Amino acid sequence: MLSFAIETGFVLIGLAMLLNLWRLLRGPDITDRILALDTLNINAIALLVLYGIREASSAYFEGALILAAMGFVATIALCKYLLRGDIIE
Amino acid sequence: MNPAVEFLVASLILLGALFALLGSVGLARLPDFFTRLHGPTKATTLGVGATVLASAVFFTATQPGLSLHEIAVMVFLFITAPVSAHLLAKAALHRGKDGSND
Amino acid sequence: MMRRLLPRPGLSVALFLLWAVLTNAASFATLLLGALLALLLPFIVSPFWPDALRVSRPGVAVKFAARIGWDMLLANWAVARRVVGPVAKLHPAFVEVPLDLRDPFAATVLGSIVSLTPGTVSIDVDRERWVLQVHALDAPDPEMLVQQIKQHYEQPIKEIFRC
Repeated sequence: MLSFAIETGFVLIGLAMLLNLWRLLRGPDITDRILALDTLNINAIALLVLYGIREASSAYFEGALILAAMGFVATIALCKYLLRGDIIE
Repeated sequence: MNPAVEFLVASLILLGALFALLGSVGLARLPDFFTRLHGPTKATTLGVGATVLASAVFFTATQPGLSLHEIAVMVFLFITAPVSAHLLAKAALHRGKDGSND
Repeated sequence: MMRRLLPRPGLSVALFLLWAVLTNAASFATLLLGALLALLLPFIVSPFWPDALRVSRPGVAVKFAARIGWDMLLANWAVARRVVGPVAKLHPAFVEVPLDLRDPFAATVLGSIVSLTPGTVSIDVDRERWVLQVHALDAPDPEMLVQQIKQHYEQPIKEIFRC
């Protein structure tokens, strides 16, 4: 039962990441792309945690934690750049 | 592993993955930026939250001692998601005002 | 005396819990180190740490947190249904919620909660007019939404922080 749930989870999250990728490539605005990137990152965390359960190894958790922290900082930095880095402003 | 625990972990994983997918469907499908913002901030965050919770239950059940550090990721995600959404929305508004929507 | 030893009880407790959670509360020694850090760090950061509001009604806060958890599940269900359903039927709207709160921290808490609960994302807090700008995914009746946010979330926050 558990391995079935994990495999299904991989498929569902994989699909979610494909959709994120589609939005990332399609845009149309830069903010859409940042949002897509942020969501892609969050889904990657889920995938990593799921992989950790499959391998029954808690080592992947540290990766998930770092991914969460880096992803958040990256999103904030990009948004701040959009808000403040404008030449016109 | 106890079948009840296994069932709990499996359902949390499925629930989490389903919500993560739904959030991404929202991101791909909805018509404009502000509506798209709703999917990832809520559904995806809850989805990852459920997956991480599944991991906490799984490792607590299979390994000696409690496995609590997953909770830290969950709390972190729930605190940061609204902040990212807020800043993204602000950035989008800012760009909209300049008329530099390209 | 208590105040001198523990200038920030909330911060100390949060630090200790975070330490315990991150180290999986592995042994007594790690917990002891965590407790030591939780006692020392507030002193080190106090010169530049902004003064946060104190939670004056912990009981209400716990009940409020539980309700938010429940609301979050409902919110996700609501958003999921609308995401899968017909897009043309949605009524997305910008809504302005006039605030009674006058504290930036409390307003931030409210904004975050609004972002995580039913169909709304907070966009901006106008600190001159004290208005919370909210975007709703599906709001056929914006006036009701404003009332709901004020009653369900703003009132308890006001009560918890007593501001």
